[in-house]
Amino acid sequence: MAAYILRRIIYMFVVLLVVSGITFVLMHAVPGGPFDGEKKLPPEIEANKERYYHLNDPLYVQYLSYLSEVILPRLTTQAPTLLSNDDYLVTIKTGNYWFKWMNFGPTYASRSRTVNDIFRDQLPVSFQLGTFALLIAVAIGMPLGILSALNHNKWPDYLGMSVAIFGVSVPTIVLAPALVWIFGVSLKWLPPTGWGAKPPFILGLFPSKIGWDYFKYAILPAFVLGFGSSAVIARLTRASVLQVIREDYIRTARAKGLAERMVILRHALKNALIPVVTVLGPLFAALVTGTFITELVFGIPGLGKYFVVSISNRDYPVIMGTILLYAVFLVISNLAVDIIYGFLDPRIRFE
Amino acid sequence: MASVTKTDNANHAASQPLTLKSQSLWREALGRLMRNRGAVTGLIIIILLILTAIFADFIAPYSYAKQSLLDANAVPQWIIKLFPSIKGYAVIKNNYPIGADSLGRDLFSRIVYGTRVSLAVAFIGPVISLFIGVIYGSISGFFGGRVDNIMMRIVDVLYAFPGLLFIILLMAFFRTTLAQPPEGTFAYYVGQLDSKFGGLLFIMIGIGLTGWETQARLTRGQVLSVREKEYIEAARTIGASNGRIMFRHILPNILGPLIVLETLSIPGYIYTEAFLSFIGLGVNPPTPSWGSMISAGSRALRAYPNQALFPALALALTMFAFNFLGDGLRDALEPRLRGTQE
Repeated sequence: MAAYILRRIIYMFVVLLVVSGITFVLMHAVPGGPFDGEKKLPPEIEANKERYYHLNDPLYVQYLSYLSEVILPRLTTQAPTLLSNDDYLVTIKTGNYWFKWMNFGPTYASRSRTVNDIFRDQLPVSFQLGTFALLIAVAIGMPLGILSALNHNKWPDYLGMSVAIFGVSVPTIVLAPALVWIFGVSLKWLPPTGWGAKPPFILGLFPSKIGWDYFKYAILPAFVLGFGSSAVIARLTRASVLQVIREDYIRTARAKGLAERMVILRHALKNALIPVVTVLGPLFAALVTGTFITELVFGIPGLGKYFVVSISNRDYPVIMGTILLYAVFLVISNLAVDIIYGFLDPRIRFE
Repeated sequence: MASVTKTDNANHAASQPLTLKSQSLWREALGRLMRNRGAVTGLIIIILLILTAIFADFIAPYSYAKQSLLDANAVPQWIIKLFPSIKGYAVIKNNYPIGADSLGRDLFSRIVYGTRVSLAVAFIGPVISLFIGVIYGSISGFFGGRVDNIMMRIVDVLYAFPGLLFIILLMAFFRTTLAQPPEGTFAYYVGQLDSKFGGLLFIMIGIGLTGWETQARLTRGQVLSVREKEYIEAARTIGASNGRIMFRHILPNILGPLIVLETLSIPGYIYTEAFLSFIGLGVNPPTPSWGSMISAGSRALRAYPNQALFPALALALTMFAFNFLGDGLRDALEPRLRGTQE
């Protein structure tokens, strides 16, 4: 098991390396640069800026120095400064030395902010929203799917699948403005925009104060995000349960006189959950790294915006940072999914 | 009940031995599809949408691009009844069936023309992704071994990219590289073609280039399972070439699941275009797209809810139709899996 996880982690690093390489090549292949604004800068100033951010180095030098800043930990006697190229995600003081690790670089959009600042301030908001959305998706999707499957071709099935088809057919750009209009503008039950938590965040991710003032902001956007995904989960759960309850071991469980409830909970669901868990991995990664539309419509200061804006602004470190962040979440949650498999199905061995 | 039908059938078959006409697989599937009410409804809606797209010039009462600023945000009488809160300030003009947008363009005409954009993406996006995905997947599955391993690792890596970002990056690349190429070059003509389609060409290419990975995985899996079958061995023994085995013997047998997957991913493609237009990276104005109309409308959501409502309804209806058709196709083409597959 340990060897398996170790091999997976090595594989993860290879994937991340390739992702970073492709992103780097692709974003530099797009013509235009970060300083081509509406107003053209004088050439000397542009040259100065490019020198400051090392944009005039050969591309492979830029890529290698980016990798070394992100991957290699460094141990120096130099205390951290406030410069935007000296901001490390992990900074620990040990005796006279400073341990510094993971510098994702500056953002060209601001003189003082760094990509790490974006991770510190915006990622937690998206993370909280995404976690709520995932919980809602599972809380709606799984029971709906199970009820549909257990009442196959009866009215709960038709109702459940209608809700599911509604969920996949009404996209976020429709549902989000609609809910803002109904609950935020017309009924005034919930605030139409905003988010209830501000930095600093506990452990860099969790809100420091939880209460109605926090949740009232989260309900609508989390529902919008979660509902679409719940439809996917419901259809998958239904299909999977339907397949499992025809298996021989379910007949065996019934034959030995187990209560129907036990048959379903203990024998059917545990096995039916495997394909459902598979989609939760990528879903989690997509939800917690920010979803542009929901955050835009609800005015939530999350990460989603940076994914899109950084590309049109050619803000290279932010493009790299956000795409790598997504990839890290994806590979880690896929690893988690594979490990959960082993608990759900003892036949799956880690080799 | 079930047993009664069974005996009925048995009697029926016994009284008329061997008179049942053998039907081809596809005919049977068509029959099953036509018996599915949801799928037929979806199909009818899609046919109506196609007709709307073709005859948009005759259906739309106004031009989609012509602005008349005096009629900005005008609404007809019945919208006021629907949303009484806008009564105080709204300009009432009954010659617009569902109102006009903030530049005084008829909303209904723009929705009608917007059908073209959404349907173009719905039909051309899948063709591109099917083309790349099937070729890639069949090569990977057919040759197997090391080739398969390397090709599938590449797909794994592509999976680790956030899909929409990849599209945005690709589109930024295409658009800026092909923006001002010298006249007469290939890039110039591609750029011209794109601007003729209102910027749609690169959206479709982007969607196709990012949507093929799932298709490639499915194709590979199907090819892997089919290529060990006896009839493939038989074809090989009589000396059929690789190409012939692939196109004559393997592809027709795995087409069903591929079509089903592609139909079920059409709503996703439509949504991607709407999303891109929503954030302003989609079709170039004034070409109307439902996504950009929803985006513009949701900025005036409180003042003029009709401006976002109707394009949103159109988008949702179209996605409903394709989802229903996709579900029906799955049941029809894969009867063994009826109700058991996602």
